[in-house]
Amino acid sequence: MVETHTYDVVIVGAGGAGLMAALNASQIANVAVVSKLHPMRSHTGAAQGGIGAALGNLEEDHWEWHAYDSVKGSDYLGDQDAIEFMCREAVQAVYDLEHYGLPFSRSTDGRIAQRPFGGHTNNQTGKPVRRSCYAADRTGHMILQTLYQQCLKNGILFYDEFLVLDVLVDGGTCCGIVALELATSVIHVFHAKAVIFATGGHGRMWEITSNAYAYTGDGVAAVVRRGLPAEDMEFFQFHPTGIYKLGILITEAVRGEGGILINDQGQRFMEKYAPRIKDLASRDVVSRAMYLEMKAGRGIGGQNYLLLDARPDTVNRYAEADGRTRPDGTPYRVTAEEILSKIPDIVDFCRTYLGVDPAVQPIPVQPTAHYAMGGIPTDIYGRVIVDESNRVLPGLYAVGECACVSVHGANRLGTNSLVDLVVFGKHAGLHAAGYARDADLVPLPPQPESFALQQLASLRAGDGAEQAARIGKELRSLMFDHVGVFRTAEGLRQVVGALEDLRERYHHIRVQDTGTTFNQELQSAWELGNLLDLAYITAVAAEARTESRGAHAREDFPHRDDVHWLKHSLAWLEGDAIRLGYKPVVITSYPPRERTY
Amino acid sequence: MELQLKVFRFHPEKDLRPHYDLFSLEAEATDRVLDLLEMVRAEHDPTLAYRRSCAHGVCGSDAMRINGKNGLACKILVHDLRSRQITVEPLLGLPLIKDLIVDMEPFFAHYRAVLPYLVNDEPLPEDGRERLQSPAERDRFDDTTKCILCAACTTSCPSFWANRLYLGPAAIVNAHRFIFDSRDRAGARRLKILAERQGVWLCRTAFNCTEACPRDIHITQAIAEIKNALLNHSI
Repeated sequence: MVETHTYDVVIVGAGGAGLMAALNASQIANVAVVSKLHPMRSHTGAAQGGIGAALGNLEEDHWEWHAYDSVKGSDYLGDQDAIEFMCREAVQAVYDLEHYGLPFSRSTDGRIAQRPFGGHTNNQTGKPVRRSCYAADRTGHMILQTLYQQCLKNGILFYDEFLVLDVLVDGGTCCGIVALELATSVIHVFHAKAVIFATGGHGRMWEITSNAYAYTGDGVAAVVRRGLPAEDMEFFQFHPTGIYKLGILITEAVRGEGGILINDQGQRFMEKYAPRIKDLASRDVVSRAMYLEMKAGRGIGGQNYLLLDARPDTVNRYAEADGRTRPDGTPYRVTAEEILSKIPDIVDFCRTYLGVDPAVQPIPVQPTAHYAMGGIPTDIYGRVIVDESNRVLPGLYAVGECACVSVHGANRLGTNSLVDLVVFGKHAGLHAAGYARDADLVPLPPQPESFALQQLASLRAGDGAEQAARIGKELRSLMFDHVGVFRTAEGLRQVVGALEDLRERYHHIRVQDTGTTFNQELQSAWELGNLLDLAYITAVAAEARTESRGAHAREDFPHRDDVHWLKHSLAWLEGDAIRLGYKPVVITSYPPRERTY
Repeated sequence: MELQLKVFRFHPEKDLRPHYDLFSLEAEATDRVLDLLEMVRAEHDPTLAYRRSCAHGVCGSDAMRINGKNGLACKILVHDLRSRQITVEPLLGLPLIKDLIVDMEPFFAHYRAVLPYLVNDEPLPEDGRERLQSPAERDRFDDTTKCILCAACTTSCPSFWANRLYLGPAAIVNAHRFIFDSRDRAGARRLKILAERQGVWLCRTAFNCTEACPRDIHITQAIAEIKNALLNHSI
């Protein structure tokens, strides 16, 4: 049985980007939101440290500085027109959130509080600037809640716990999606003038990750299976501070508030790698430094972790050494109460999972797979791009982590994921609604559900010689070992081969649960297929890129190569093969320079 | 260590009534209860159904009864339970769907009933910037902004078990979050809703909610503050 629904705009995903798109699109158009999770479970809620915007509430700041920092953070792979648009719009977007009711932490004069964050600087002094607008260390939680609350207030229609299976494109125009209702296994066709994908990332292909179980790249996978490209998939961010072994995120705000990374010899090793901003260098820089320290035997007790020390004595000692001051010019000194009050959730995570009180003991950390810079290529209105010449596919949009505008280039700056989803969620929502107002509903192709049904059927028809759980485990370990912070030609070649093998073995799994109610075995098998396809693209694109740039660090090609590689990759999945193409990076004000912190 | 995991099972298409399955697992003391469930699914029974997503206590998906007490499966570790016998069961008071999955809609309907959004139709500041709020005003409702709507509190409340129409602690917490926000203007409307038959007066201060909250929100206190506001006709 197939149920068909018709709307002007269908939004797939109900995290920050999807909800922001829904709120804005609903001002003009008839909207429905289709989401795998109940909106309040979305991964935006796990974002901690803040959203960057040059409000200048505590000290001088300019959106142009934010733009330059983002370009530099991206290792010059970000498109500068898009970055300038994002950083200029970020200021209004943060005010929009406040007006929606977001409970930002406040400065003494009642304005939105701001804190330093990795890679955000005063462009004149090169010193860290307070730009990250925060609500304690649960900024993402508050963004998600606030946007959902506003959606309720505005009567937005939600289809919760629906997994997207396919995107419908007919005659070069998008006309809807196909989704599986998880509670019943009923197939739904959503016929629409415009579709906005806001399905999040795909970090669950790595063994150690900060990402939710839901992060299986459902939107990107649906798009690439329809012959559309994915952009810059070789760039995946490893956040420096995941809890050792668990990967749970410890926000950069801990370092923003004065925390320090320490090796086995008790050294603040970031002084060597980033002499000016040290522990607040870009994430790729810090993760690489950590890896090199561990490789040199300076991990704690020779093991694969380091310490994040946020004890007040340590913070104050290094604040004094750095000459750090408060906005009023007095020396920066903290008490245990003060530092803990700014990171209450981090304190809770440390106590729960490690039995460690961060005011008394340092936190064991290792780099953790965190954020997809790559994804579905789009322009600044979220319109999906299908080739090297930036041709747009009418009616199809993508925003947030599943999209690649590209504003993050080869490495995203901390806080910019939230900036991205609010700014582009808003503009894609407005654009899609405007488009839908003027466009005609394109008829559905005959039997629009057939491609999805055929893929679902194959998951039940395998010979059962392979187990999905085992394939998933092998995938995560391969990716973590060879497509992590550092990569080599040999490791990548090995992974590409292994992935070809895993994708073949995947055809032999067989879903045992024949039921229709929350058939999560079927759901997990589908999600595994998504991860396998995207891992394959990631590894192939990474093997091809023979340079080091941002999060893509090749041991065998240690330098950035602007002559050959200042370009975005586009990857098409064609059966069992991948075709790569490239398109130029947009440079406006900031010619590529050597990147030092 | 080896432990016994007893899991509540119910398949609505096959079972007339629920039963328990027992799994012997090799686990670490620091494993989360969620890790045990993942182990069951990967190695023993891929058909086991439960919700989960973030796996570190911020998304609110995996609230369930663990050895008889409500908690998040991703936030309770094996050593927290001080037992090698661990029983997991679905939340009480919400309709059972399958295994550990319950129908959350009645819970969210109560949330929606308290106007859980900022209401303020006054003009925005002329400079287009933020509305001002002092740190003290912000602190007034900080605790109740932490709610992740996991339902651990509401489904541990004896008043809710006795009367499923009672709005319950989570909805009241979310009303509190706006009633005490200096920027909001609908406090009186929310208080009126909370003063009705299914509102705060059904709270018997059992403190179950406060004990169950994985975010350590002082829920009973928040409810008391609402009661006080109603008695004093003030917010």
